[in-house]
Amino acid sequence: MRNSDSVHHVRGESHFIEDINVPEGTLFGYVFYSPIAHGKIIKIDYSDAFNSKGVKGIISAKDIPGENQIGGVIPDENLFAEDSVHFIGHPIALVVAETYLQAHEASKKIKASFKKLPAILDPREAAAKDELIIPPRTFELGNINDSWKECDFIIEGKVDSGGQEHIYLETQGAVAFQTEGGGIKVFSATQAPTAVQRTIARILGFPMNKVEVDVQRLGGAFGGKEDQATAWACMAALAAHKLGTPVKLILNRQDDIRITGKRHPYSSDYKIGLTKDGKIIAYQATFYQNAGACADLSTAILDRTLFHCTNTYFIPNVHATALSCRTNIAPNTAFRGFGGPQGMFVIESAIYKAAQVMGIEPVEIQRKNLLKEGDEFPFGQKTLKCNASRCFDELEVNYPFAKIFQEINEFNSKSTLIKKGAAVIPICFGISFTTSILNQASALIHIYTDGSINISTAAVEMGQGVNAKLKRIAARTFGVAESRIKVESTNTSRVSNTSPTAASKGTDLNGFAVIDACNILYARLQKVAAEELGESDFSTISFNHEKVFRNNVVTGLTFSNLVNKAYSKKVSLTAQAHHSTPDIYFNTKTNKGNPFAYHVYGSAVVQVTLDCLRGIYEFDFVKAVHDFGEILHKTIDLGQAEGGIVQGIGWMTCEELKWNSEGKLLTDALSTYKIPDIHAIPKVMNIHFLENSPNDFGPLHSKAIGEPPFMYGLGVYFALMNAMRAFRPGMEIKFDTPLTPEKVLLMLYNSTTN
Amino acid sequence: MIEFILNNQHINTDFSPTTVLLDFIRKEKKLTGTKEGCREGDCGACTILLGELVNGNVFYKSVNSCLVPLGDAHGKHVVTVEGFNQNELSPIQAGMIDEGGTQCGFCTPGFIVSMTGYFLNNETPEIDGAIDALGGNICRCTGYVGIKRAAEHSISVYKKTDPKLKFMNRLIEAGFIPEYFNSIKKQLAAIGITRRKDFQAEYLIGGGTDLYVQQWESLVQSKADFTSLEKTPYEIIKLKDKIKIGGATTIQQVLNSSIVKKYYPSLQNNLELFGSLPIRNRATVAGNIVNASPIGDMTNILLALNAELQLKSSKSKRTVKLRDFYKGYKLLNKKKSESIDWITIPIPSKRFLFNFEKVSKRTYLDIASVNSSILLEEKNNIIKSIGLSAGGVAPIPLYLSKTCEFLIGKKISAATVNDAAEIAIKEISPISDARGSAEYKKLLLRQLIYAHFIVLFPQVIKAEQIV
Repeated sequence: MRNSDSVHHVRGESHFIEDINVPEGTLFGYVFYSPIAHGKIIKIDYSDAFNSKGVKGIISAKDIPGENQIGGVIPDENLFAEDSVHFIGHPIALVVAETYLQAHEASKKIKASFKKLPAILDPREAAAKDELIIPPRTFELGNINDSWKECDFIIEGKVDSGGQEHIYLETQGAVAFQTEGGGIKVFSATQAPTAVQRTIARILGFPMNKVEVDVQRLGGAFGGKEDQATAWACMAALAAHKLGTPVKLILNRQDDIRITGKRHPYSSDYKIGLTKDGKIIAYQATFYQNAGACADLSTAILDRTLFHCTNTYFIPNVHATALSCRTNIAPNTAFRGFGGPQGMFVIESAIYKAAQVMGIEPVEIQRKNLLKEGDEFPFGQKTLKCNASRCFDELEVNYPFAKIFQEINEFNSKSTLIKKGAAVIPICFGISFTTSILNQASALIHIYTDGSINISTAAVEMGQGVNAKLKRIAARTFGVAESRIKVESTNTSRVSNTSPTAASKGTDLNGFAVIDACNILYARLQKVAAEELGESDFSTISFNHEKVFRNNVVTGLTFSNLVNKAYSKKVSLTAQAHHSTPDIYFNTKTNKGNPFAYHVYGSAVVQVTLDCLRGIYEFDFVKAVHDFGEILHKTIDLGQAEGGIVQGIGWMTCEELKWNSEGKLLTDALSTYKIPDIHAIPKVMNIHFLENSPNDFGPLHSKAIGEPPFMYGLGVYFALMNAMRAFRPGMEIKFDTPLTPEKVLLMLYNSTTN
Repeated sequence: MIEFILNNQHINTDFSPTTVLLDFIRKEKKLTGTKEGCREGDCGACTILLGELVNGNVFYKSVNSCLVPLGDAHGKHVVTVEGFNQNELSPIQAGMIDEGGTQCGFCTPGFIVSMTGYFLNNETPEIDGAIDALGGNICRCTGYVGIKRAAEHSISVYKKTDPKLKFMNRLIEAGFIPEYFNSIKKQLAAIGITRRKDFQAEYLIGGGTDLYVQQWESLVQSKADFTSLEKTPYEIIKLKDKIKIGGATTIQQVLNSSIVKKYYPSLQNNLELFGSLPIRNRATVAGNIVNASPIGDMTNILLALNAELQLKSSKSKRTVKLRDFYKGYKLLNKKKSESIDWITIPIPSKRFLFNFEKVSKRTYLDIASVNSSILLEEKNNIIKSIGLSAGGVAPIPLYLSKTCEFLIGKKISAATVNDAAEIAIKEISPISDARGSAEYKKLLLRQLIYAHFIVLFPQVIKAEQIV
């Protein structure tokens, strides 16, 4: 059966926030924001704007009846600026008018004056000035100081990785309505309905039960709507509360790119020590995270950088420190991988550089140091059912690396201007919210008298296919057709205290909750069926293919008439269940624990072709062996892998965030911020599903899939570096993403132009 | 009154002709399948088809509805994603689901429209063409792999249809489009061209592909003339020694023109780097010229080809060389009352060689960091005449006059090319911006000049001698 979300999509019948048919009289908001990166507000004169055509109100900090605070983790972020502004895009007011155009026109008439203060843009500068969001965090394993003397090679260097704008195709937005008794109902494009509910309550000084948040689906999110969808819902709610009319607020693309945060840029230092046969003995790293103006989720992201700082390798001596640095750009936020890719890029860079110094291929170091069963991560957890080598070896069997490199060498020896390069990239990604408390979810299931089934959970559908997966899980558990089941919108009045749909955990957490709720109903229906069939032992009853079985023999009862009988017998056909991930914990004092339910493993080999005359490149192939666990939905899982890889390639290559010295983002439109298009993707993409890898910790033995494949994209950086070195053998190696055609050309010709 | 067919519905509206078609579709007609993703023609979420009656047949073009004025829908068939919906899913719709071509769904309607548009334009569809037709659609979720599979699936379904049927009936039979498409021709023929002009226009809109990006908010509150109504020519004619291109000719028309193909065969590939298909379907040659962007691809090419512009106003006509048209940043040798009627380019002799180079962050649907065109005539390895242009390196679309002067009469050799590149670098004044640093643009122009000669004279100029 086809995924019903997809059917709506292809017919243009899916409803996103902007598609909600609002009642007549709905007003439209436009956010007026700071044009400077840092400064004191001297005066803001709204009078001309207020008198502008169609304007019904201008809402700012002074209109907030509750607390002017939206910080989810650390309370350091106001909804509207009060006396100072901290980044270009810092919201100051919401202009509300009869039309969007009127609101925008009026915003241009606001006269604001500021006293400019120095702006910090560089995280290392912020660290030097002690502008840290939290004290530095350090993960340690073994004894780093004693281990250097065991090393034959010690290599040090610097690595920079750029930020990444989410470019969810649907921009941020919300529609808010005042309900009976002065409550608020909000349709919000958020990954975190409860965070929106809680924050609106905080802003309005309401109890949470006066705020209802409903999420039908998101037009893409990738982490960008985990924390950063909240502000717009709060503004719409505040305006609706103040003006008594529905208010719609949708950011235009340029404002969305300017105001909202991105993947954190990092600047890092590494020191790696190896024996002469390529065994990594010691690894030291310092990560300077560019957090932007407020904490947002930066501290949790910082932790994940540390959790993944050794990628998929066992390193006995590790010392990794991470600093979350406050700067004057928009607060950076979650983005697929959540700090993991930044940490992994540094260790992969260190390995690449070490290989060059040692005169061997990086793949030799990678292979030699892969995690094995029972190996310890720097945070104390030990691997369990470790598939690192299985994936790596299967990849090499399918696509012998030596042969790939040899063919490339042959090609390069005959070609002057066009060079090829390849790289192998193994990955490992821990599954669970690293903030342990978030690893919980619940499900509410109704069976109606006609046998149709309704599921509500905490999961938000954003294209990752969680609705289809939950439907499949329920159908398999009940033994009924998927067509019976409808997955409802995510609504805080139906399912309370939801964790964000994030950390690749949506299906895991909510899937288990669905199984538990299904099992409650299943047991009730078993009893009804046993009674109907005169069977004393209800455990002999099972459901399959819409039919009722006794001792695996089909009976005359069907699921539908059983449901009807249950209703007649006044048996409840509603169940609610709560699930939390067992056995995970993390001590943030010692930085040791068991933070992850399990790890996802995989390996990929990538090949690129570089035009050394023009500095432009193409991707020949990405071939991967990935551990999906037992496959829950092949089309969806494959799509997550393919889409993640292309996003990862974009981060490494064409997606460039450029700020000027004033802290103004220069690449603030789709015309200047380029994400991969259909021509820019690898010509061949082969994703192999690792076989016989059931996961004991995932629903129906599946594994989480959202984030891990993103990291295969890292491979293109090193493949490009190899192609560049084939052209300029003595070239200085730099680790500075994204590797745009500009950087390629400047690196290739640095020596000849100067 | 603006009159057109929207899917299967006859529309008569007195909305302002400058209204953005996307807004009319979504807000007025509540057809919310067409999405707004960027309002600058860079994402394709708002793609629709415009069907136009030409010589008794309806031809469909994909366009970005965020950049189309409502007035340009007059007399046309406007097709949104809903216009393809039937009881059963079309092979394209089904393919997008089954092959994993849709995830969050926000971009999906645009892809459905572009892909269906491709089939409406190609009786022998193949995958590369289908991919080109999707070049204006951005998807952030799928990585396009599932979308490519969906295109392949759709092609295989089409190939199973009965080739003896009429083309439109093949598509209807296989469920690509609903049956009502057969009645559109008749309905469009019944719509007359009505024109009411009782105002002073503030704008003259051609394709609107830049105007609606930069100034849509003022445009919708203004009065405008349209080149489509002003009778600006939109055709390509061959005269004895020159090719005449009407000002309102679209880039896609140039790309497809058999006349252009005959004399400048490589231009077809070159122009595929111009915007995307929906942009090329609307963007006009004159628009690219008067926009005066230092980086315009068509302008860059026309500078090398030594194009001449015929300007016209209600009172006068005059001719000006494109090389003399730009006076400074966005300053033109043109009065406000004048518009470009025709662009003429000389037909080159058989010994002419042409090459176009463009480098951008993303190869397709991106604005160049630097572009450059060369038109060159040589005899016995001596350069007889030359036109060389460079974009993105000065406040205006630049003709490299000093470099050209130097090259005339020179022997083609690595040394000549090196010297020419050095002169070119001195002629330019690039700035650092979102598309690259000044240092990069200088280096890149040098590389592109090398590239011109390596491409045009592979036997004479060896890569090893230069780089």
